[in-house]
Amino acid sequence: MSQWKNFSKGFFKENAVFVLFLGLCPTLGVTTSAINGLGMGLATTFVLVMSNLVISIVKSQIPDKVRIPSFIVIIASFVTMVELVMQAYVPALFDQLGLFIPLIVVNCIVLGRAEAFASKNTVISSIIDGFGMGLGFAMALTILGGVREILGSGSIFGFKFIQGDGMLVFVLAPGAFIALGYLIVLVNKINKKTA
Amino acid sequence: MAKKESTFISMVLTLFMVTFIASAALGYLYEVTKGPIAESKLAKQNNAIMQVIPEFDNEPGKEVYKMDVDGGTLEFFPAKKNGELVGTAVSTFTNNGFSGNIKIMVGFLPDGTIHNISVLEHKETPGLGDKMKKNKSDWSVQFNGKNPTNFKLKVTKDGGDVDAITASTISSRAFCDAVDRAYKAYMEGGKK
Repeated sequence: MSQWKNFSKGFFKENAVFVLFLGLCPTLGVTTSAINGLGMGLATTFVLVMSNLVISIVKSQIPDKVRIPSFIVIIASFVTMVELVMQAYVPALFDQLGLFIPLIVVNCIVLGRAEAFASKNTVISSIIDGFGMGLGFAMALTILGGVREILGSGSIFGFKFIQGDGMLVFVLAPGAFIALGYLIVLVNKINKKTA
Repeated sequence: MAKKESTFISMVLTLFMVTFIASAALGYLYEVTKGPIAESKLAKQNNAIMQVIPEFDNEPGKEVYKMDVDGGTLEFFPAKKNGELVGTAVSTFTNNGFSGNIKIMVGFLPDGTIHNISVLEHKETPGLGDKMKKNKSDWSVQFNGKNPTNFKLKVTKDGGDVDAITASTISSRAFCDAVDRAYKAYMEGGKK
């Protein structure tokens, strides 16, 4: 597999949210606005890249039977780092995402990529895989957040373009499911055409 | 490199090394970020205090005193100008919110008049209950300049003087409850 394919698969063919349906808990929870989605996506990307990098380096040193606990400790460390750094330098974003940052640990994508990819591939491919999957996840969250923000609050990235509130249901939990459902339909259609 | 075999020794050693390195790295980062985190928390608190009381020249965050009420803690930040009390910001709470706790900061003038209110934390419904925040609607402005001795801190439905947020009576009630708690505590010895 070429490195470009390795990178780009995370956006459509194997997009974590739209195709693999992994990591839906943060996806549905934080995407009340585009900027929240983007922030969460980038935080996850950082964790994915770093954990893929470290795990692909140490993979031969870790006995098979304890690999899952070792991976989880590595992932959890990076998540805690993100949390501390965010709290210190971007407190405004932390106020919005704070609750969901620790949940990156249990995000199936991160452990999934560690187990399915980083523990079997070279360092370089693992980093590229982490970037691809992470940015694909960030893209999905930003789009979903954008759609919900436009329909629910009548604004995009915080810029209001209508007076009043918009369709509130899209900011609430049910709106997340509705919007995600339609986006999945759309992505499936595109994927079928290109396949 | 060949995969390590899963013997008892190798497993224990691996897990020990992984957790040791992870905790060392985190300990270091914690030390580095401790300062900025405390600073940003303080800045947030100072911001909220500045919004709700008149101009002052002391540091209310340093003269804070606390009082235990109804199973929670109220924090009082006295604001002084030239050594004279100009107002007190009270960080208060309510457990009656539509979805959990609400924390607000109420600024009182020395005679108990409400100067201004700002919401610190809440989980109310977006578009409905969150209108209590200043950046969503002007609802909470109606408290400004009112003295609870002749302004009943209850929604009109319950015989008070506060106009509830449309479709968010529970959130409005909770908000009044928090303000009322701060006022009572302030008058009953919270004033220093």
